[in-house]
Amino acid sequence: MAASWGFILFLCVLLMVCRGLSLAGVDPDQTLSSSGQVKIRNPQIDNAMSSNHGTTGEGGHAVEHITTLPIVSWKWHHVTTPYLVALWILVSWLCKLVIEANHHVTSVIPESALLICFGFILGGMIWAADKVQTFTLTPTVFFLYLLPQVILDAGYHMPNKLFFTNLGGILVHAVIGTCWNAASLGLSLWGCQMGGAMGDLDIGLLQYLLFGSLMAAVDPVAVIAVFEQVHVNDVLFIMVFGESLLNDGVTVVLFNVFDAFVSLGGPKIDAAEIIKGIVSFFVVAFGGSLVGLGFGLLISLLTRCTKNIQIIEPGFIFVLGYLSYLTAEMLSLSAILSIVFCGMCCQKYVRANMDENSVQTVRYAMKAFANGSETIIFVFLGISAIDKVIWVWNTGFILLTLLFVLVYRFIGVFFLTWILNRFRLVPLEFVDQVIMSYGGLRGAVAYGLAVMLDENKIKEKNLMVCTTLIVVYFTVILQGITMKPLVMWLKVKRAAVTEVSLLEKLTNKMFNHTLVAIEDISGQIGHNYMRSKWKYFEENWMSWILMKPSARKKQDQLLDVFHQLNLKDAMEYVTEGERRGSLEFVRNENSIIDFKKKSESESFDINNANISNDHGVMSNTSRDPIPSVSLEMHEQTMKAVREAEAINAHHLLDQHLYKSRKQHRHRFSRSHFDINRDEKEVQEIFQRTMRNRLESFTSAKMGVKPPKTIVKHTQKEQQQKMPNGKSMDKAKTSYSGDEGSEGDSASGYDQSYMRATYRAGAGIENPAFMPDLDPMDLLQIPPWLAESELDSSMVALSHRAQVGLPRTPSNLRRLAPLRISTRSTDSFTLENIPDTQQMDSDQLPPPPPPRPPRDDGYV
Amino acid sequence: MGSRASRLLREEEIEEIKKETGFSHSQITRLYSRFTSLDKGENGTLSREDFQRIPELAINPLGDRIINAFFPEGEDQVNFRGFMRTLAHFRPIEDNEKNKNPSATEPLNSRTNKLLFAFRLYDLDRDDKISRDELLQVLRMMVGVNISDEQLGSIADRTIQEADTNGDSCISFNEFIKASFVVNIHICTVVLVLVNI
Repeated sequence: MAASWGFILFLCVLLMVCRGLSLAGVDPDQTLSSSGQVKIRNPQIDNAMSSNHGTTGEGGHAVEHITTLPIVSWKWHHVTTPYLVALWILVSWLCKLVIEANHHVTSVIPESALLICFGFILGGMIWAADKVQTFTLTPTVFFLYLLPQVILDAGYHMPNKLFFTNLGGILVHAVIGTCWNAASLGLSLWGCQMGGAMGDLDIGLLQYLLFGSLMAAVDPVAVIAVFEQVHVNDVLFIMVFGESLLNDGVTVVLFNVFDAFVSLGGPKIDAAEIIKGIVSFFVVAFGGSLVGLGFGLLISLLTRCTKNIQIIEPGFIFVLGYLSYLTAEMLSLSAILSIVFCGMCCQKYVRANMDENSVQTVRYAMKAFANGSETIIFVFLGISAIDKVIWVWNTGFILLTLLFVLVYRFIGVFFLTWILNRFRLVPLEFVDQVIMSYGGLRGAVAYGLAVMLDENKIKEKNLMVCTTLIVVYFTVILQGITMKPLVMWLKVKRAAVTEVSLLEKLTNKMFNHTLVAIEDISGQIGHNYMRSKWKYFEENWMSWILMKPSARKKQDQLLDVFHQLNLKDAMEYVTEGERRGSLEFVRNENSIIDFKKKSESESFDINNANISNDHGVMSNTSRDPIPSVSLEMHEQTMKAVREAEAINAHHLLDQHLYKSRKQHRHRFSRSHFDINRDEKEVQEIFQRTMRNRLESFTSAKMGVKPPKTIVKHTQKEQQQKMPNGKSMDKAKTSYSGDEGSEGDSASGYDQSYMRATYRAGAGIENPAFMPDLDPMDLLQIPPWLAESELDSSMVALSHRAQVGLPRTPSNLRRLAPLRISTRSTDSFTLENIPDTQQMDSDQLPPPPPPRPPRDDGYV
Repeated sequence: MGSRASRLLREEEIEEIKKETGFSHSQITRLYSRFTSLDKGENGTLSREDFQRIPELAINPLGDRIINAFFPEGEDQVNFRGFMRTLAHFRPIEDNEKNKNPSATEPLNSRTNKLLFAFRLYDLDRDDKISRDELLQVLRMMVGVNISDEQLGSIADRTIQEADTNGDSCISFNEFIKASFVVNIHICTVVLVLVNI
């Protein structure tokens, strides 16, 4: 239904476009045709010329004799360029719309391949209309307008920690691997030509090497597009992804060096030139990275002081990011490296400094730009193919290139991984290596470079362009399509699970949780010297300079401290209890009531909405009433009923078992936000854990097991507790943002990474934005009040618990429910409630309190 | 946190641990540095509090159970040997290892031992049986709050019913192994992603 509708719409647009095209094509007055080949789709020239063009057009218009006042006039020239640009963007995006509407197709064929196919169709239409390919992807457009945002997005959302822990492997593959690919391809092709496999071609050794170098790079755009749809483990993903980003530096240098060599000609190349080439490699790569880092720092500094212009502050990131790209390009450094590092460098500080809304805006805009331009790139890759001019067929050359590209990629990856594995604590497995090799997709970067070749120097340019296109299509379409089955197949070989019984389901889940815990315990990521040094530096200098003081403070709350305080509180609490000879207050199960309340109010809706993504069809059945009566053991009732119940039980478990963290771990994705949507879950778990620890501590102290009886509360008291439960959530919330960022493994990188994971959507760090902020909340005793009580020497004996308790605001808030429930069970403090509440509303400004100075003692 | 001179591990100790657990040399040193960094008391052993300081465990529904699994019955401290022994449960199963010394006791990372570890997580009172109550507790830990106690109870009943063969309303370890036949043991191996730069 939706698909057909989309298709009709699409056809309409196509018609429109064709009309626009024929108009444009027929027009003799193509200002842009000066470059011989007509390339309208060229915003760069377009933009540069649009003003120019506009004025001449208008000038021409003005010169005409006006006989009468035209009411409307046809000013096509005036708007040609921007109009076509906009139209093409629209068409490309509509392609994507159509593709995404057919979900069953995209699950088999990756989107990028489909987009290229759409490009073929569109290209065919244009060609049929114009008899010449009017629109192709030109290097300028690609490198200056389409690529930057894709790469910026990759850099900005890069899981830094993962990236840097695997930096060694990534660099080896990016640098040595790329050189190997370039050299081996160039040399073997040359050898084949010498051997006479390709007939008569006017290509020398240097030109082959030039060709090899442009074919060598794995393309970030294509790789992300394909790997996003295939789920591989994090390390493998970052290896391929990081490599594809970094090897650009190598490719650009190799390309430039060989380009220069080709111009120089063979005899003039001596040792000095070669050394220069090697030096230029380091200059280009490190220079580019440095430029990027510089701009990243600039962004971070700027966002420190953009509080008053919140509306446009997201713009800074884009503008400066783009500038870093252009600057590097201007200095002939590696532009891609520059923008990658710019994004990676600023991500953490931007997130800390800017307002929550701005951060969201940046995220969305980034994704929108990247996704949009990725779509355009692929469509135009397809369109570019339909052009008679570039198709120079040479079976030997093309097939051999394809073969060598594939084979040498495999050889390179396996050899380098073999070396790396001798140094890695956990070697990359065979399967991973296969996927890595197979994931070496070539893409638009190679095509862009190929088109940039100089026809005067390289006679067979068209053959090279044509071969590049074929390699691109082969890798993106064929390898893209087969990638998923391959991964599945390799995975299936390793592990096939069909969970039959509930116990299995439970135990599997349990193992998942356990594994995550063990990984956390064993530190997972190296705790090495460099890292701790970096973290020290980062904490003491970088954050100091680049972060707002307020943002810094937020990060100061170490969970460690929190935990100590927690224990201390518990201890004092217990002493208090001992004095009173009762531990009643610890045992009360207010939170269970709280949970119940919550579940009542929210019902299943939210949960189902979340989960229905995972269990598409199942969620319907789960809405059925669930049997809430205990089964009678071994009872022979109707079989059908029991089966239904079994199914229900399975679904119930499926849906409500906590996900282990791995399943929603942050992973780069261009088109989806992989933020943990199960924020509530994390909160819940955290809350429970802390309560349990408190309880177990208490019981250990008292030497008794906590009794299992639940203190019954009256309805009224439950109501009273409602707000407390909320406040608990809130206090928790302010933590959940931080605890991730603490990253026990002493690394500075994990901060932003983890934050992204745990800090979902709105208002986590800013309790004021909590959607369910309850007016009742004000009734809770705010932390600063406790302090003020202390200060104003209002402390009565009965207040000891309060005085002894909380040290940090959140800490206090977390414990607030316990205290209030104390009141409700032990009546002797009851008379204080009105007092405190009164004071609460009187003196208290809602914003978070200043941290009490006493904190420092514990830090 | 800062850097701290970590006490060095003696070679013979490493050898012993290697023999016992099957970890490689570099893995042991690496885990040792982790161990010392967790050991805030600097007394060569870890206490429960040391584990509880790991922030991620606080958001793991089974976090505290797993911490408990590190501690032998009735003890509050675990030394590096014990620490490694527990971690060894999560090494991948190696086929050739069994062939090497069939006479020796089963390696810690065998299927049975892995399952035993899981079983112990259920079995709080260590009577080698999972009772309904114990199962219920675990379930409660692992499911969201939206399931009512009755629903959970019925799930627990059904689970036991499925696994229980001798009709004592408890799951013994044997029954557990049988019922967990399909549990994917290969998942049950932590690929310790210990990567050195």
